[in-house]
Amino acid sequence: MKYELVSGFETHVELSTNTKIFCSCTTAFGGEPNTHCCPVCIGLPGTLPKLNRQVVRYAIMAGLATNCEIAEVAKMDRKNYCYPDLPKAYQISEYDKPLCEHGYIQLSNGRKIRILRIHIEEDAGKLIHAHGDTYVDYNRGGVPLIEIVTEPDFRSVDEAREYVERLQQIMRYIGVSDCRMEEGSMRCDVNISVRPEGSEELGTRTEIKNMNSINNIVKAMEYEFERQVDVIESGGKVIQETLRYDDASGTTSSMRGKEDANDYRYFRDPDLVTILTSREEVEEIRSILPELPAVKQSRYTDDYGIPEKDAQLLTKYRKVSEYFDEAIKGLDNPKTAANFIIGSIFRRVETEKDKETFDVPVSPAQLNELVKLIEDKKIQNNLAKKTLEKMLDTGKSCTEFIDESDLGGVDDGALEEMCRKAIESNPNAVSDYRGGKEKALMSLLGNVMKQSRGKADAVAVKTKLIELIAE
Amino acid sequence: MIKKIHDMLVSKEASCTELTEKYLTEIENSNGELNAYVNVTPDAALAQAAKVDAKIASGEEIGMLEGVPMTLKDNISTKGIETTCCSKILTGYKPIYNATVWEKLERDGAVLLGKTNMDEFAMGSSSETSYFGGSANPFNTKHCAGGSSGGVASAVGGDIAAYGLGSDTGGSIRQPASFCGIVGLKPTYGAVSRYGLIAYASSLDQIGPITKTVEDAAIVYDAISDYDPKDSTSQGRIGAMSFDTVNNDIKGMRVGIAREYLDGVRDDVKEAVLGAVKVYESLGADVVYFDMPALKFALPVYYIIACAEASSNLGRYDGIRYGFKAEHYNGTHDMMCRTRSEGFGEEVKRRILLGTYVLSAGYYDAYYKKAQNLRGTIVKAFDDAFRNCDFILAPTVPMTAFEMGHAVSDPVETYLTDICTVPVNIAGLPAVSVPCGFNANGMPIGMQLIGNKFTEAKILNAARAYEKAAPENFKDTKWGVKL
Repeated sequence: MKYELVSGFETHVELSTNTKIFCSCTTAFGGEPNTHCCPVCIGLPGTLPKLNRQVVRYAIMAGLATNCEIAEVAKMDRKNYCYPDLPKAYQISEYDKPLCEHGYIQLSNGRKIRILRIHIEEDAGKLIHAHGDTYVDYNRGGVPLIEIVTEPDFRSVDEAREYVERLQQIMRYIGVSDCRMEEGSMRCDVNISVRPEGSEELGTRTEIKNMNSINNIVKAMEYEFERQVDVIESGGKVIQETLRYDDASGTTSSMRGKEDANDYRYFRDPDLVTILTSREEVEEIRSILPELPAVKQSRYTDDYGIPEKDAQLLTKYRKVSEYFDEAIKGLDNPKTAANFIIGSIFRRVETEKDKETFDVPVSPAQLNELVKLIEDKKIQNNLAKKTLEKMLDTGKSCTEFIDESDLGGVDDGALEEMCRKAIESNPNAVSDYRGGKEKALMSLLGNVMKQSRGKADAVAVKTKLIELIAE
Repeated sequence: MIKKIHDMLVSKEASCTELTEKYLTEIENSNGELNAYVNVTPDAALAQAAKVDAKIASGEEIGMLEGVPMTLKDNISTKGIETTCCSKILTGYKPIYNATVWEKLERDGAVLLGKTNMDEFAMGSSSETSYFGGSANPFNTKHCAGGSSGGVASAVGGDIAAYGLGSDTGGSIRQPASFCGIVGLKPTYGAVSRYGLIAYASSLDQIGPITKTVEDAAIVYDAISDYDPKDSTSQGRIGAMSFDTVNNDIKGMRVGIAREYLDGVRDDVKEAVLGAVKVYESLGADVVYFDMPALKFALPVYYIIACAEASSNLGRYDGIRYGFKAEHYNGTHDMMCRTRSEGFGEEVKRRILLGTYVLSAGYYDAYYKKAQNLRGTIVKAFDDAFRNCDFILAPTVPMTAFEMGHAVSDPVETYLTDICTVPVNIAGLPAVSVPCGFNANGMPIGMQLIGNKFTEAKILNAARAYEKAAPENFKDTKWGVKL
């Protein structure tokens, strides 16, 4: 029997506000343990939370960017559980009135992954095991998070991978999070079940917690899918439980069963007031949202004729696409600039992190200036490419490397003269070409290019040479 | 009282240091019996007094509260001064920050004599659930001072503090004030910042003054009621300073009597309250009678909501960061369990269990949610009542001060004695308790004036009018500083 995978995601994304959700401590990653803390975020008796409105705005941005409805009235609740990294013994979260609901993210295969809800909450601290003892670092405690919950809409691991990548891309674009899985600023819990293909019923699901890379998510899902199929095939039943994925062995193992599930005793946090969001504020936030990657990508392919793969590369990071948009201002054919970015410039920006910041020595205006010279047929593509390398080495403008004498094309008269000169001085090449050696034409071409110091148009030279030899 | 001390300081009749020393001496003399203070801070008090004296000597003007010796309930955070909520679990805990109310009073130059006794985490009606034992009533030390702010009431009633700040979650300012024959104001929810008040039940808690006179309550209320950006539920004082209008004429004011408040009240208490009604009539006030059937829900609603919030608020005491930690344990989980088992008293454990239960899956709707709905019903009943009257006059407690040991012997019966005080907290209203007589044994009887939200000035004005008309109900005891 063939089985189908059914999966849903709960993704925690750390918001990149400057200060924490309920106090004015910094959210900076790292730091000496317990130095980014104050009485409020370590939950000292008597302290009270004060909601950072920027958190609400960021969450609304995330909601709008994923097509959610934004609640006019939301509230915060306490999720009660005991753990040393949770200094108040409750996490302030949103239970039954989240800020954003009913959105979706569309995948490249056209399927829409429905977003059930996005809510805001505070992060916990973390335990450090060292010197045979356990310590708690509350620096991360109170860092704002959004939790993005999807419906069980994934039918393949590839869809899941694309979803995570898209989510990451959208959050980075709108600037609400850097979504670095390795630093924990994006964490995924995956619900997964299997069912016979064609069946409408949902199977018993398991939940895999806290995976720290897309590769691990993919491997864990593949493993868990196979495991559940094996259980069913061998006549067993999948047990509802929470699993952890072990990277080293590539397997999942049980963390806790259903009967050990916590009763969080949610209730409204009496220390916080209702979160009201006017329709005007929602529209104001919508108006400052940047163009989203999916929209950008279709603009590049449809309007500029850029191949889909290249358009993807250009839109993967907001900074790259902004660089591109800036560089093609006033140009007839954005493709040349696209090729320069994907070719020469990307070669120098190796890591993903560098692409994210995309701080390159050549400014978009400088690239624009260079491409404009090509479009005006003032210099040749080859020369431009070489010039770009020099520009990237030095950060200087193209004019620094192109002499006045390089500028301007070669007029037809001069071109013909150069071609005749080449033919006259290379009788062997001419006879070789006449004898059928097509390659011989290349040495003649090289000669002309040399005479013109690279300014001549190679295609025009070739045509002229063939014409003259045929005379 | 406050004004008298202020005038003494300004006229140099006594220096602030002399005065403070007097109070410290009297604390030493009487605290053994009254058990009002759990932590006396003489050094800090005298240091502050010296500052005030220097200021006076230099000819600078001083504020009304500057140099006035006072006390704080031990659930109000004081930087560097142990703040325990009179619980074993917080022994040794010294806050690293000040509660907003103390921040304000300290800036105003108040002289803090020490921290006063209370029921553990403000849970109780006699201050006997305190880890340090109960506070005695200055009128008769065989009786308790009430609770939970029993220590403040005992200290102020016994004149070993000029005034104090308590907290009122279900009557914890008004009930001990009533038992000790003094004045206690529970402000409107949101009028005074809760920042730094160690939470019992966050949606009900409110800090307020316990004083000898109504005028004093007005002075202190004006000083502490302010919007605080650190407390999201804070709004500050709305309207004029209550001190400015406290001596106004009350002719034409409408006094509301809700019959439910007089049900089940002991005869001597009822008689005293009805006597006060007559006083109001003689002052030209109109009396309106009505029913408030919704009040019968108040007690269960209060205990469900208060315990639910408490069960969450008290989850943080786990021995990891501050306070008491169990000595012997096996692993983190065991440490947390033992710390809580050993660190909390019986009453606190009872309320944590109750609160955990009413919030549990499967019981939430039947208890917590229902209580929240009924809370709305009670709020509405008061809204309706205030269309017909300016304030409601009611007994503060259905009886006078319990004998020591009585309240803790039957905790559930003791819950019932909160019947008159809890509705105000549920509805977030202000109420002031003032003495209105004595029973046959000479124990004080108190009545409360309940106002609509942010009408502190109005109820203090009405309370002051009564105080002037019936001064015989405001008596000193044998204890403390005689000015």
